[in-house]
Amino acid sequence: MQFLEWSAIDLELEAGRAVCLLGESGSGKSLLLRAIADLILNEGVLELNGRTRESFSPQEWRRTVGYLPAEIFWWEASVGAHFERLPMEAELKRLRLPLESLEWVPSRLSMGERQRLGILRMLDRQPSVLLLDEPTANLDDGISSVAESLILEYLESREAAALWVTHSKAQAARVAKRTYRMLDKVLELAGGEGAEG
Amino acid sequence: MTAAIDLNYWDIAFAASIVLGLGVLLAYYRLGVTRSLVVASIRLVIQLQAIGYVLKFLFAEGRLVYVAIMATLMLLVASREIMVRQKLRLKGWASFGVGASTLFVSSFAVALFGLLVVVKPEPWYLPQYAIPLLGMIMSNTMSGVSLSMDRLTSALRDNRAIIEQRLALGQSSRESIQPYLRDCIRTGIMPVVNSMATAGIVSLPGMMTGQILAGADPTEAVKYQIIIWFFIAAGVGFGMATALRLLEMRLFDDRQRLRLDRLVGE
Repeated sequence: MQFLEWSAIDLELEAGRAVCLLGESGSGKSLLLRAIADLILNEGVLELNGRTRESFSPQEWRRTVGYLPAEIFWWEASVGAHFERLPMEAELKRLRLPLESLEWVPSRLSMGERQRLGILRMLDRQPSVLLLDEPTANLDDGISSVAESLILEYLESREAAALWVTHSKAQAARVAKRTYRMLDKVLELAGGEGAEG
Repeated sequence: MTAAIDLNYWDIAFAASIVLGLGVLLAYYRLGVTRSLVVASIRLVIQLQAIGYVLKFLFAEGRLVYVAIMATLMLLVASREIMVRQKLRLKGWASFGVGASTLFVSSFAVALFGLLVVVKPEPWYLPQYAIPLLGMIMSNTMSGVSLSMDRLTSALRDNRAIIEQRLALGQSSRESIQPYLRDCIRTGIMPVVNSMATAGIVSLPGMMTGQILAGADPTEAVKYQIIIWFFIAAGVGFGMATALRLLEMRLFDDRQRLRLDRLVGE
């Protein structure tokens, strides 16, 4: 996948793997994710398996390229109404969520619950690219590693790719083969297998 | 038919004195609306005096071209009014254009329908019928449209993050703003629905009252009032549908991105 914006960002993601993106708050990481999801005005060439973004309808593109914002909102009357296929009890259990949580009114969700259910909500659309904006920021260490492995398993089983924004170098080292750092809207390779075209 | 009692300028001056009293009271409590009240009262007197002469001229001439000029002027003023009532408005001429095209397709169409199909004056553009009919439909449409447009732009700005997340899950632009659209249409149409529901019980609508004062048979006057309300409801409803559709088209681009950057204000 190629992407050109601001100072022409060039980035490639591979199936089954995550690429991490580190950087100060305000360096434009979230903007980059929103631009890739085509939620904000942007110019550039994006390709997914050889198909350009423009050959997808906007809805198709956003279903294929799932975006998990840092702060997750809920708008329907119940949590479950946000899902197309309700998540399995096993998945919920794994993230330490009770089955009834699907019937809850969203306003009673804690920050951590919002985030965990948000991950399930994004995976529910079965995207083949994940754009993750600090997906474990509001989770404690134990549940955070569960969420990490849930996402990594999804990537592997679905041959999906991920661009993973994080603050934690340790997390970047755990989940990604390659890590970039973003400084003032410029992307540079920070570690991993070396740059590629 | 008995003619209405003629009012002289003293009568108007007596009526104005009550408003003057109100102005003094408001000034005493420093509510700060005295100025607006005085300006509005003076505008009322001048504008209505002027329109009195304009209508007299129009009725005497009775030519289509004058009626058309008058209708165009009304359209321009109403479009400007819709524009200035928006807290957030579209950049450039689009803001004026949405109001003008909305009023054109709704108010003009409904007024034409009323003249050609229902009332059928001879000729169809007879200014005594055409101008008041268009005026009543347009002023109500103007209120409904400006209210609902204002509501929609504020709702989209306040809920930008939610709308973006709905889009991110693969919803269409329409789906992502559906609840706000519904709310705006309700807001715009409710005043009309409420007025229709209480007409005759709580309020005697202005037009009917006028006809009765002019000596018309009340049972005839109500018939006019009924069709006027139907026209107003249609004008407001179709007007809002058009306005919100046009607004939606401007606020989302071809890739269904929410484009709040196309709004200015506040």
